[in-house]
Amino acid sequence: MTTTTSHASPPAASGSNQPLLEVEDLRVTFGGRKGPQFTAVDGISFSVAPGQTVGLVGESGCGKSVTSLAIMNLLPGRGNKVTGSVRFDGKELLTLGDAAMRDLRGADLAMIFQDPLSSLNPVVPLGVQVSEVLQRHRRMKKPAANKRSEELLGKVGIPDPTRRLNEYPHQLSGGMRQRALIAMALACEPRMLIADEPTTALDVTIQAQILALLKELVEESGTALMMITHDLGVVAGLCDEVNVLYGGRIVERAARHELFATPRHPYTGGLLASIPRLDLPRGGRLNPVKGSVADNIPWDEGCAFAPRCNSVIDVCTQKSPDLAPDEATSDRLLRCHNPLTTDASDSTQEA
Amino acid sequence: MSENTSGSRWGDKKKAKIDSLAKSTSKKDDEGVSLLQSAWRRLRTDVVFLIGATIIVLFILLAIFAPWIAPHDPSAQLLLDQVRPQTNPVPGPQEGFPLGADPAGRDLLSRLIVGSQQTLIVGVFATLGGLLGGLTLGTLAGGIGGWVDSAIMRVVDVMLSIPSLLMAFSIAAVFANPTQWTVILAIAIIQVPIFARLLRGSMLAQRHSDHVLAARSLGVKPAPIVFRHMLPNSLGPVIVQATLVLATSIIDAAALSFLGLGNPDDRQPEWGQMLGKAQDYFNTYPHLAFYPAICIIIVALGFTLMGESLREALDPKSRR
Ligand SMILES: Nc1ncnc2c1ncn2[C@@H]1O[C@H](COP(=O)(O)OP(=O)(O)OP(=O)(O)O)[C@@H](O)[C@H]1O
Ligand SMILES: [Mg+2]
Repeated sequence: MTTTTSHASPPAASGSNQPLLEVEDLRVTFGGRKGPQFTAVDGISFSVAPGQTVGLVGESGCGKSVTSLAIMNLLPGRGNKVTGSVRFDGKELLTLGDAAMRDLRGADLAMIFQDPLSSLNPVVPLGVQVSEVLQRHRRMKKPAANKRSEELLGKVGIPDPTRRLNEYPHQLSGGMRQRALIAMALACEPRMLIADEPTTALDVTIQAQILALLKELVEESGTALMMITHDLGVVAGLCDEVNVLYGGRIVERAARHELFATPRHPYTGGLLASIPRLDLPRGGRLNPVKGSVADNIPWDEGCAFAPRCNSVIDVCTQKSPDLAPDEATSDRLLRCHNPLTTDASDSTQEA
Repeated sequence: MSENTSGSRWGDKKKAKIDSLAKSTSKKDDEGVSLLQSAWRRLRTDVVFLIGATIIVLFILLAIFAPWIAPHDPSAQLLLDQVRPQTNPVPGPQEGFPLGADPAGRDLLSRLIVGSQQTLIVGVFATLGGLLGGLTLGTLAGGIGGWVDSAIMRVVDVMLSIPSLLMAFSIAAVFANPTQWTVILAIAIIQVPIFARLLRGSMLAQRHSDHVLAARSLGVKPAPIVFRHMLPNSLGPVIVQATLVLATSIIDAAALSFLGLGNPDDRQPEWGQMLGKAQDYFNTYPHLAFYPAICIIIVALGFTLMGESLREALDPKSRR
């Protein structure tokens, strides 16, 4: 390992073993040629080990989905450029051939999408969609695949799976659809699962159930899980390590406990402060992060978050901050010229 | 949610009326109901659709049972003895012959009734032929993409740039001895680019849809992606178009026969051909042209009404 990557992997809560997925300096650029260029993901590095859950957190448009699609090699190819390196089990995915990548997807590396209704084929019964994956990767015969599909649907908590096999997506509730998608992703017992905001479209009770299901999966089978979300509540319940993403770059990475106890990046602090809390006095105001992503300045001119930052200082708009080990806490990586003080955030306990 | 709709789905008209009242008050009912189900609900109470469908059903029944419905043999020259080429070439209406006869002394009503068969055959087969060609090209273009797409679409666009009836005339005129099958072929060919373009467009939209992305994320191979995940979801607009094409192909077939590019054998009656033969007598006996023309118009109208209301019902933008 080079020196740049060694500090890019701080001690994780439970992943002392060899990482399964290693993303290094991943960069995704859209447009170019004639139109304007837009860098959606700007040099991201992280790794996920078996049994570990790594969170990717940030507000809408910060490049979370693009990152996951780049890892899965699912970006359209035309109109976007992907550089850097994505190694899965030692294999470089970005240069892997189409056929080899297809064999990997769904079998060893699977993904759950944000919108459970539109991610299911509306004209194909559920059973066919689940057994399709089994027939594809496990070379199962139809009856065997059907039987296994039924087991899978039962396992992810869909009641009366025998009947559901013949039903169409629109006949299921939102929660059941997401469970069905999870069943499809888990059909071949992948070693790594990428979940792109799997609970955003669901109501709170169902959210909790789905998250519990994912947690159980990681604990039982040692699956590596990459959890993409904009919801720090999800992070609090699930992730071992959290990467906070802003404008296509990681601005802070820490183990969950440390991140919630002492957020150092003002953006992380802002995200934590905007969580509604029951222990706050009534009438106490929420403090959302001011402004919007539209206010960003380019990273080469300084810190992209500077225009929205409460603790902005002169250097923030002059010099681009690097992602470096945080000196004050020495338990995380931080990209900030003027981080929050470690004691000022005492009030922000773990959610 | 399937329980509370199933009762009304099989209900009679009255229930439908109540349903539609209920629906107008509670929009919630529509949640989680498939596109087809909600389309059907709307169609069931859509007057335009019902008129169109009634015309079509009657027309098809007429065509199927024509030999039994027709009072006389359409090719028997029963009133030949009344035909006076100089003074009275067209026998008028009389007992047993409510519309009279044609200049060859054959019963006009029977010929109109039996003529529906040819119209139905031409319409259906020309549309099926066009569908077959269009679906093949559209699937190749939308499914494979790349240079295959560019090549096919270039050909399709060239074909679309030629006025379609003109192209049909040219194709039909190539054959030395025209039959109804040359008419069918000519009309099928001019429908191919329409279907191809339509299917390719909706397949391209499917290609970037969430569920295709999800299927790809599970390693599904390209062929099942196209045939299981893209094609079935792209057929809606094609089916609508097919209904509309039935109308135009009936009109086009009539035009070809009218111009003498159809089946010359008039023992097998056909509306367009009857219209063509009526030209000679148009000044004195316009009813000879009037009856087949009205038949063509009504049937074409039926398919158009049905197609348009189908289109509206299936269009997600116009869903309530
Ligand atoms: N195909 C594309 N072409 C051009 N720009 C794109 C494309 N896909 C995404 N982007 C841009 O990349 C940026 C990141 O998008 P991404 O979908 O990763 O956001 P996200 O973090 O997943 O947001 P959300 O929480 O809303 O899902 C956005 O600014 C978006 O406009
Ligand atoms: Mg996203």
